[in-house]
Amino acid sequence: MSSQVRVNPIRCDAYGMCAELLPERITLDDWGYPIIDSRPVGGQLLELARKAVAACPTAALRLAAEGEPSR
Amino acid sequence: MIERASGIRLLDGPPTTTGSESLAEHQARLGARPSFRGGDLIAILEAAELRGRGGASFSTAQKWAAVRQRSRGNAVVVANGAETEPLSGKDRALMVLRPHLVLDGVLLAAEAVAASRAVLYISRAHEDAVRAMTSAIAERRGSDLPVPVTVVRAPRRYIAGQETAAIAHLNGGAARPTMVPPRPYDRGVDGRPTVVQNVETLAHAAVIARRGAAAYRSAGTQGATGTVLLTIAAAIHSPGVYELEGGSTIAQAVSAGGGATTSVAAVLVGGYFGRWVAAEDAWDLRLGVDVPLGSAALAIFPHGWCGVTQIAALVAFLARESARQCGPCEHGLASLAATTDELAGGRAKPRDAERLQRWIAQIAGRGACHHPDGAVVLLSSALRVFAADVNTHLRRGGCDRDQATLLPAPDWTIRGR
Repeated sequence: MSSQVRVNPIRCDAYGMCAELLPERITLDDWGYPIIDSRPVGGQLLELARKAVAACPTAALRLAAEGEPSR
Repeated sequence: MIERASGIRLLDGPPTTTGSESLAEHQARLGARPSFRGGDLIAILEAAELRGRGGASFSTAQKWAAVRQRSRGNAVVVANGAETEPLSGKDRALMVLRPHLVLDGVLLAAEAVAASRAVLYISRAHEDAVRAMTSAIAERRGSDLPVPVTVVRAPRRYIAGQETAAIAHLNGGAARPTMVPPRPYDRGVDGRPTVVQNVETLAHAAVIARRGAAAYRSAGTQGATGTVLLTIAAAIHSPGVYELEGGSTIAQAVSAGGGATTSVAAVLVGGYFGRWVAAEDAWDLRLGVDVPLGSAALAIFPHGWCGVTQIAALVAFLARESARQCGPCEHGLASLAATTDELAGGRAKPRDAERLQRWIAQIAGRGACHHPDGAVVLLSSALRVFAADVNTHLRRGGCDRDQATLLPAPDWTIRGR
């Protein structure tokens, strides 16, 4: 089962670390908030995604099962 | 058209000039509130194809079934009469004029989902509606009030009517949207399975419960069955609330409102959460079929008014009304508001217009609720419809048109019956 990166926009405070750790899936908008590419993360990216999730200072990021109906 | 809808109209009954219909009048006209076994009414609403009238047009039967399935006799019904949309007056009018029809719908919903209580969530700005519903509840005590029904005043903020914001407020917090899941049908008021349903939808349910699905469906059209309450505002001879058949065209709505007062440039369909349509494309659009009903408010925008001033006023409102919880909404809408204001003031460069388009694409879908999505749909449709006005402002640093805006709320008077 593959995973997707999800962000809780209420928790997110635009630290931007996720975009540095996982530029393959996360870019920042003009105000510094993450835009998430919903394509699944697998293989080597999965490890980087886990690091990005762990690094978020506000715990706004998570890995969700693909197709899970929420952010 | 009137014939097909006869007997299923929410505003059938005494003249609307006589105020709230009493319980005695209501029961003499429609009979006592029917009662259904188990979830039988849910199947009837499904057959009637009743959809929510709070803006999302979700299937009422599906919503109730989800709560019924989870309820252990402890579910909660929230009748949403917050009506924070500035251009809309229909929920307020309905509660003032036909409080017992709304209350019937509340009690039928409570029965169908096995609820132990119900709450009417009504804007604190609409004290007439609060009074009408409070009196209606008092009239029922000792006769037809199987579960406790209370009235809670909703904050005036635009976002307070959003369903998770309503639940947050009823749970003692600020009326701000929350992340889903948990969805209200899983965990809502006091953590219980909760139906949040617009008051007009509940009134339609009360009509369907009495007249049946077939009679209801005989009015309106596929995808927009029965009747719909519309608020028609701005350049119209008789602004106010009208009950039309579902799927009526914008031309029919304007005609019901006595026609436009002047030549029309565009129509805003669905209120501040809606979309703009150029007049020449608007007339034949069927409401709720070809164009989403949204809040069911229509604003008729005349030639001679400045579209850019209008855009800036609407975007400024939506930016002010952000709950400021999610960055893309708080900062994104603030940027849209600042730039549309520059555009209106004739200080914007073509580069700014390009930035608006980039931000529209960036902001969509990135809030916990749909507030930012509504703002970008409104703005992108406005930039298309008022493209010529935008160009004039960019090239000439402004225009000499009327700076009037749709911001003042219209009279909610019931006009069309």
